[in-house]
This record gives sequence, C-alpha cells and structure tokens, in this order.
Amino acid sequence: MAPEDIFKLLATEFGDAVESTTFDGGHPHVTIKPASWPGVALFLLENAKLRLNLLRSITALDLLADDKLACVYDLMHVPTDDPETLITDTFEIAVRVVTDRNSPVIPSVAHVWAAADWHEREAFDLMGIHFSNHPDLRRILCTDDWVGHPLRKDYVFPLEYHGIPATTEFELTNPRH
Amino acid sequence: MSDTVLESQPDLLVDHDSGTQGDLRTEEMLINMGPQHPSTHGVLRIVLRTDGEMVLEAIPHIGYLHRCAEKIGENVQPYQFIPYTDRMDYLAGMNNNQGFALAIERLAGIEVPARAQVIRVILAELNRIASHLVSLGTYGLDMGAFTAFLYCFREREMILDMFEAACGARLTYSAITVGGVHDDLPEGWIERCREFLDYFEPKINDYNNLLSFNQIFVKRTSRVGIISIDECLAYGATGPMLRGSGLRWDLRKTQPYDGYETYDFEVPIAYPAGVNGVPAGVVVGDCWSRYYVRVLEMTQSVRIIRQAMDRLPEGPTEAPKLKNIKLPDDEVYVEVENPRGQLGFYVRGDGSAIPARVKARGPSFCNLSITTKVCQDVLLADVPAIVGSIDVVMGEVDR
Repeated sequence: MAPEDIFKLLATEFGDAVESTTFDGGHPHVTIKPASWPGVALFLLENAKLRLNLLRSITALDLLADDKLACVYDLMHVPTDDPETLITDTFEIAVRVVTDRNSPVIPSVAHVWAAADWHEREAFDLMGIHFSNHPDLRRILCTDDWVGHPLRKDYVFPLEYHGIPATTEFELTNPRH
Repeated sequence: MSDTVLESQPDLLVDHDSGTQGDLRTEEMLINMGPQHPSTHGVLRIVLRTDGEMVLEAIPHIGYLHRCAEKIGENVQPYQFIPYTDRMDYLAGMNNNQGFALAIERLAGIEVPARAQVIRVILAELNRIASHLVSLGTYGLDMGAFTAFLYCFREREMILDMFEAACGARLTYSAITVGGVHDDLPEGWIERCREFLDYFEPKINDYNNLLSFNQIFVKRTSRVGIISIDECLAYGATGPMLRGSGLRWDLRKTQPYDGYETYDFEVPIAYPAGVNGVPAGVVVGDCWSRYYVRVLEMTQSVRIIRQAMDRLPEGPTEAPKLKNIKLPDDEVYVEVENPRGQLGFYVRGDGSAIPARVKARGPSFCNLSITTKVCQDVLLADVPAIVGSIDVVMGEVDR
C-alpha cells in the first residue's frame, strides 16, 4: 500500500486523531495526536491490509523553534505468510507524534511492538521524553545518575562526572560551530 | 593442601559422602556476567537471576561504550561524520559507511557514479565475509572449539590486508564516503581479490568440517534459544537472526540500493534437520540455524563480488563538488543490510551544511533486546551460546 492510501485509511478510521500528513520530501509521514497513538498503533499492527509488523526505529526530535519534542516511528510491513519464498512486495510508513517540550509525555507502544521497549528507553534517556505505561522506563545508555538529556539542543555539557573531566570551560564558551 | 591446614579451616572440608552435589536445594541467586566476560564479545553486562543451573531471568545492561555519536553528528558535516560510523559496528566499517553515505545522498540528491557503486558492493561484501568470519570464529571459541577460530582469522587477515591496500586502514576504513568512494582501487587489486576468492571459497568447507557439523558443537547449539519469526519481528531482530528463524528477507533484495538488484544471488535461510544437509537435532530458529545462515551468506557474498569484478566500469569514483553541501530542509530514513541486520540512518537537514539530527538504528541494539525473552528458563551454560549466536558488536549497541 502506498503511504497516501494508508493515511486515507487512518483519516477515515480515526478522524480527528490525524493532525496532518506530509507527502512531499524524502520521508512521507503522518502526525498523530499523542492520546490516540496507542490505538492507532494497534490498528497499524493488526489491520489485515496493513500488518506493519516491524518497528524499525524510534527517532526522538528536538523541535526547539516550535518549543516541541517529537518522536518519529518508522514502520515496515514484512510479509510472513510464505516464509520460504522471497517476497519483495512491501511498504513502509512513518508516524510522528509531537508533544510539549516542557512536560513531554507520549503513551508507550511497548505492548504493541516489543521493540519499542528499548527504543523508548533510549528516547527517554537521550531526549527526556516520558512514555506513560512503559513497563521499565529507566536510562539505557547513560548512567543512572547522569544529569540532563544530551540530545536536547539546549543541553549543557558537564565539566566533570565523578571527578572525570568531561569538557573544558574553553570548549563550552567556544563551540566549534 | 596438607591435612593440618584443612583441620584448622573446617569450612574447606567438603563432605562428599552426604551427596552435597546431588542437593537440589533451590535458592535464587543473582549472577553478574560481564562487563568483562570473554563470552560477551565486548562490554556487555548481563545480570542473571538463577536457581541452581536454571536461568530464570537475564537482564542486559548496556551503555559502557556510549559516546553519543548522534550528538557528534549534529555538530559536524556529513563527510566528517563518516569516520564516526566506522566506530559503531567496528567489524563492518564499510557497511556502516555505506549506510550513512546513502542516507546523505538521498537527502541531498547526489548521484553516485557507476564505478563507485560497483566498488562499494565489492568492499561491502568483502567486509560482510570478514565480519562473518569473526562471528564464526569467536562463536566456536565460546563453545570451546579453538581451532576454527584460528582458521577464520587467517582468512580474515587476508581481507584486512586487501582493505589496507585499497584504503590504508585495516578496521576503520572511511573508504565509502558521501558521493562515492574515497579512493579508486589500486593497480592489481582486482587480480589479488580474484586470487583470494579462489583460495577462500573451498575454505568454507573446512569451517563446516571443523565446526558446523562437529557433533559437540551441534549438540551445544541445536534446540537452544529457539526464536520464531514473529518474535524476531516484534523485537525488531533482523538479518541473520530473522533468516535463521526461517524467513527469506533481505533488504538487498526487497529494497535494493547501490545496484544490488542487478546481481544474481540467493538469500539463504535456515532449514529443519534433514533438509539440505542440516544435521539431526537442529530446529529452525535455534542457535545453530543462526550460525549456519552466516556460513551460507559468505558463499553468496563471494558470488556477488565475482559478478561485481567482472562488470567494473571505467569512470570517476566520486561525485563532483561534495564539500560544504547544503542539506535541504527535509528528512530521510534509509536502511541497508549490515552483516548483523538492518542498519538505519535517520537524517534531518535544515538548510545548512550540518544536519539538524542524525539517528542511527543499530541492528545489534535491536537484536540484543530479545535476550531477556530468549534467556528465560534456560540452562546457565546456554546463555553464552545464545548471546554468541546473536552476534552483537557493542560499539554499535552503545554508539
């Protein structure tokens, strides 16, 4: 299915939950309201026409200019009915969920795709997005006592971590770019 | 130890007659495996909740190699980020370079010259063989078979020598860059590569005789850590893991890039015992299946490289004017088939020469997340077999 057809299907099925759709550019995506996202996710996985069974990646974005944070979910349909035959007929879509920058909360979809568990932990760790109903939301790449979320655009690098020098004041005041 | 010492320290005396070893007293125990355990292939730490010999739960802890490469990607130009991709999956640097280069090319609309595409395929497939050789060798090592490791590394060394001749580096190549390849192949390299392939292809049989069909190895890896296709997809496990569970799926076929659609090759999958020479006891989706898919993939890589060398066209190896390319206000998500699975790069531009966001989706990261699910109610000795068959590279899990 082409992204246009999938987005149309979503618009008829969920109506208001679809905020906007983007077709032009290199990454067609549909923007879904955070509250409706788990329901839409379940529909994307279980609908017989869609069966988007592979959650490839969750990318957390910092939209500093709009004062928002966002998650981009890249999904793909992998045909499994006839596993021994090579089937190249596949399709992919992307879903974007935008949340407030000051109190960022997005409902978890770890119960829909198990892969979301670690991806959401990563987005929480590096971008500070909270995923409600996540089974085990804690930092995954940084240490538990790390301060701040490094991928935020306004993140300030610490001078040291437990006595280990991390950066210098010169580096902080003279960024390379 | 003399008797007097034992008498003075009664704790050291073990009463063998009362059958301490047969005591099945159950007591839960937490065992810390790693981060410096030799069978974890890097700095992976797994906390095991055990009851006797049974593992009730295995929880991986990662992040020991975290360098926040994605943040670095937001501070440098794309061609400057290529060396950082080498250091993610450091056993498959070429494939990582290729993934990131493809993402930037699609974002900025750069055409790659025909000769560069073919060289990319040659380098990427050679790197796939080298990466699988490490996987095979170290997996044998985990299972107690030392010899195969030496044989695998002997051949890998030859590939690294060829890479050194082609780009000057043995591990962190940066040979595939945005818009093409950094250097053309040196004179005589193609002949050398042909010679190597003629030498290497019969060696795959040696690995099979030494390791794949070795009874001890088969007994240790078959029927262990069985994963179904649906479980693989739910956890995002791809590559040899998915094919080892019996699904014929390969991005080089389904979403071809760099001209893979023009090459004639097969996608090997796992078969049950008795089919296509698979030894007795093997079940589709177990550790042995995942291991053997990698062996079969090496043969296909040899086929692809031979075809690529036959058709290598003349011409430039890099698109012109590549420094300071302005990235459009757009975004892309591109995936390539890494030796370990689907490696994805999400890149977002904002009109300047530096990306606004770079995200790497590492196959090892997703493949590793299935550990807790698979290592439930297995024997303690099976944990290294399962973790080894997933074939993780921590540099890319932690990024």
